[in-house]
Amino acid sequence: MHDDDLVFKALADPTRRFLLDQLFTRDGRTLTELESELEMTRFGVMKHLRVLEDAGLVVTRKEGREKLHFLNPVPIRLIHDRWIDKFTERRVSALTDLKRQLEEDSA
Amino acid sequence: MTSTATLDRSSTGASNTTQVYRIFIKATPQAIWDAITKPEWTQRFGYGLRDEYELRPGGKYRGHANQGMIEMGMGGVIVDGEVIEADPPHKLVMTWRMAIDPTLAQEGWTRLTYEIVEGRGGVSRLSVIHDLAGRPGHAAMVAGDQQGPGANGGWLWILSDLKTLLESGAQMTPASRLHPPHE
Repeated sequence: MHDDDLVFKALADPTRRFLLDQLFTRDGRTLTELESELEMTRFGVMKHLRVLEDAGLVVTRKEGREKLHFLNPVPIRLIHDRWIDKFTERRVSALTDLKRQLEEDSA
Repeated sequence: MTSTATLDRSSTGASNTTQVYRIFIKATPQAIWDAITKPEWTQRFGYGLRDEYELRPGGKYRGHANQGMIEMGMGGVIVDGEVIEADPPHKLVMTWRMAIDPTLAQEGWTRLTYEIVEGRGGVSRLSVIHDLAGRPGHAAMVAGDQQGPGANGGWLWILSDLKTLLESGAQMTPASRLHPPHE
């Protein structure tokens, strides 16, 4: 699966978005902390975190004996750069074309 | 509300102590290492500082103003720090501080780690681990203003730009576009 597909798939679930929101508010949480915010089994939360990790949206790091989860906003940013900028560029080039046409007409 | 959430992330202060960013780049670890540590590369992405490293424990790090900044009247050392560990081309641990801004400079140094791991298919994984404990000003700055693509982009923008540079040879946002004069 393409990287973008993994990100979109990961974001297409409310529980996973909730987990990202949790990390957005406070980063570097343990599974136990994240689990306490959800009405779900530990195994269920782990599965969701795994999908987020596979998509690169969550990065885990060991600190001492604890495994901490961090939000990695980079994949979302890359999608933004690839998609949003592309659309913006098209708008800009449309304006550039319009300018050229108007200037040619008045010449 | 995204803007409120962004503010929240920046202002959570002490509880938000480490920021982690990870990006996959189609480049060798050496190419990424060079882009991070060599001035001819550091001037071509992100804020375009002319970085100067003494790549040994205790060695100095200086991020000098680039030509554009000097022309805007902002010269000298913008960022400073000290190398803690240099293991080219895989790991660089250093201290890092915004020296140009008196308020931020007063916060003291943060701890910054770059980790580069070679993957399959010529793709390497770059992780940036920025320990910002007790440095809320720095934390807000490097988290960036996620609404805008320009100078307030923080790590997200820097790394995205680095990826574009190494993969396409072109800069995503030329420095001249950062401050559009007529907006």
